[in-house]
Amino acid sequence: MKKDVAIVGVGQSPFYRKCGMAVRELCFMGFQEAMKDIDLKRVQIDGSIVCSAAEYDKQRSPASVIVDYLGIMPAPSFNLETLCSSSSTGVRVAYSLIKSGLHEVVAVIGFQKMSELTSHEAAERMGRGGDIQWESPFGVTMPAYFGMVASAHMAEYGTTPEQLARVRVKSSIYGEINDKAVYRKKISMEDVLNSEMVTSPLKKFDCCANADGAAVVILASAEMAERITDKPVWILGLGGSTRSTALAGRLSFTSVPVSREAAQAAYEMAGIGPEEIDVAEVHDCFTIAEIVAYEDCGFARPGEGARLIDEKQTYLGGRIPVNLDGGLLSKGHPIGATGASQIRAITRQLRGESGKTQVEGAKFGLVHNLGGPGLYNYVTILGRD
Amino acid sequence: MGFEKFGVVSFTSETKAVEFLKFLEEGKMMTTECRKCGKIYFPPKMDCSVCGASEVDWIEIDELGELVAYSTVMHGPTGFENDVPYTIAVIRLPNGVQVFGRISNNIPVDNIKVGMKLKIVPIKLPLDKASYEFMHA
Repeated sequence: MKKDVAIVGVGQSPFYRKCGMAVRELCFMGFQEAMKDIDLKRVQIDGSIVCSAAEYDKQRSPASVIVDYLGIMPAPSFNLETLCSSSSTGVRVAYSLIKSGLHEVVAVIGFQKMSELTSHEAAERMGRGGDIQWESPFGVTMPAYFGMVASAHMAEYGTTPEQLARVRVKSSIYGEINDKAVYRKKISMEDVLNSEMVTSPLKKFDCCANADGAAVVILASAEMAERITDKPVWILGLGGSTRSTALAGRLSFTSVPVSREAAQAAYEMAGIGPEEIDVAEVHDCFTIAEIVAYEDCGFARPGEGARLIDEKQTYLGGRIPVNLDGGLLSKGHPIGATGASQIRAITRQLRGESGKTQVEGAKFGLVHNLGGPGLYNYVTILGRD
Repeated sequence: MGFEKFGVVSFTSETKAVEFLKFLEEGKMMTTECRKCGKIYFPPKMDCSVCGASEVDWIEIDELGELVAYSTVMHGPTGFENDVPYTIAVIRLPNGVQVFGRISNNIPVDNIKVGMKLKIVPIKLPLDKASYEFMHA
């Protein structure tokens, strides 16, 4: 197993509908938990990457304010943004900072306080999430993009609203027992199927919701990891891909091309295949997104993703358990924090710290983190000794 | 200047491709073809990312497209609140080029099916604005 760069600390704040505190305080909650994993006397963080979607931030260039509050100065810091995949991109950059020898310990701090915007302001930003020159003038929304994917997947493969609903039902079962999740109520098939239509064929419970939250991942060189933790989780594979914002330029509507490309690159770097992954976190911003992610990550063949959820193969105890922390659908989706929260979940699985949702003996885990409706994807494959 | 007249809500006014809008106002749906390598783009591009040239010809899109994906939006973003419901869609032309737009409200939502043939029709919008939509072939 490749042992170049390790994850040595992970933490997150609870995710909230409305957190009632300052962004810097929210970030401190995530940082505090991450630092519990580390022998404080023996480590100095020598760099940090602050990840958020700036369009939701009130503070201009928030990195300095946040690292000041966390006490990680004067180590170099900067802001990084790839929409919803910002903090997975942060982990990719941290890996290269460490592998290059420039840094030994780097903190990736992801956050978003979405409640700071009015719903009017949030809807205005959503409208600009498309290609502003050619497509936003028609009135685009994030849910509608995935509604389009669902329409194509249903037409091509016969995927049904019931199969989409099963994804939300699974999410709610694990969300109920995640004390960091926003939504902690069990949701039935009927609840999902009878909920209000948002954008066809997606209903209210097919969609994740905005949230406030922060999540932190601390990475270290192999040499440093040995000194500060006895449970290093190694970065084995990193894959990334970027594609057109304009939907007209999209290569497929039954899959998310960036996801497929990023997963393939990550598997190649890790030298393992999808059949060796024991547990995964995928970007379930919408129920259809999880089904397509099963296919894009190679857990199912194209068109067979829905069967995995029908057969409960992505539940704990199934062939490939997915989103055992409730995923975005239950946790909520504070854009910049989501990737780091997913990486935290898999790191804890590989350390055997996931309690009721622990996959026994998990050795390899995968994180699939999408940016926008298919602009970016960053896939991270992790493994333990 | 001028491109702010494209679509229901415009977010940018300046582009070298402003002729696209002028053609729409004349009732023609046009796009660009690279004069050097022949690559056809939609949306139009005034610079070719395949061969690097910046000389293009405007060509008319008059073929029918096949519906690839669609969604009927019930909650629009800011500026579109009074437009809902409307259906956004991508169609694929015989040459493989795809076009994003709205399906005409004249087509009942229940009649919309992936794979159906649609034509692209330039339309006028209030406030001297112009756009295009997909209609029955």
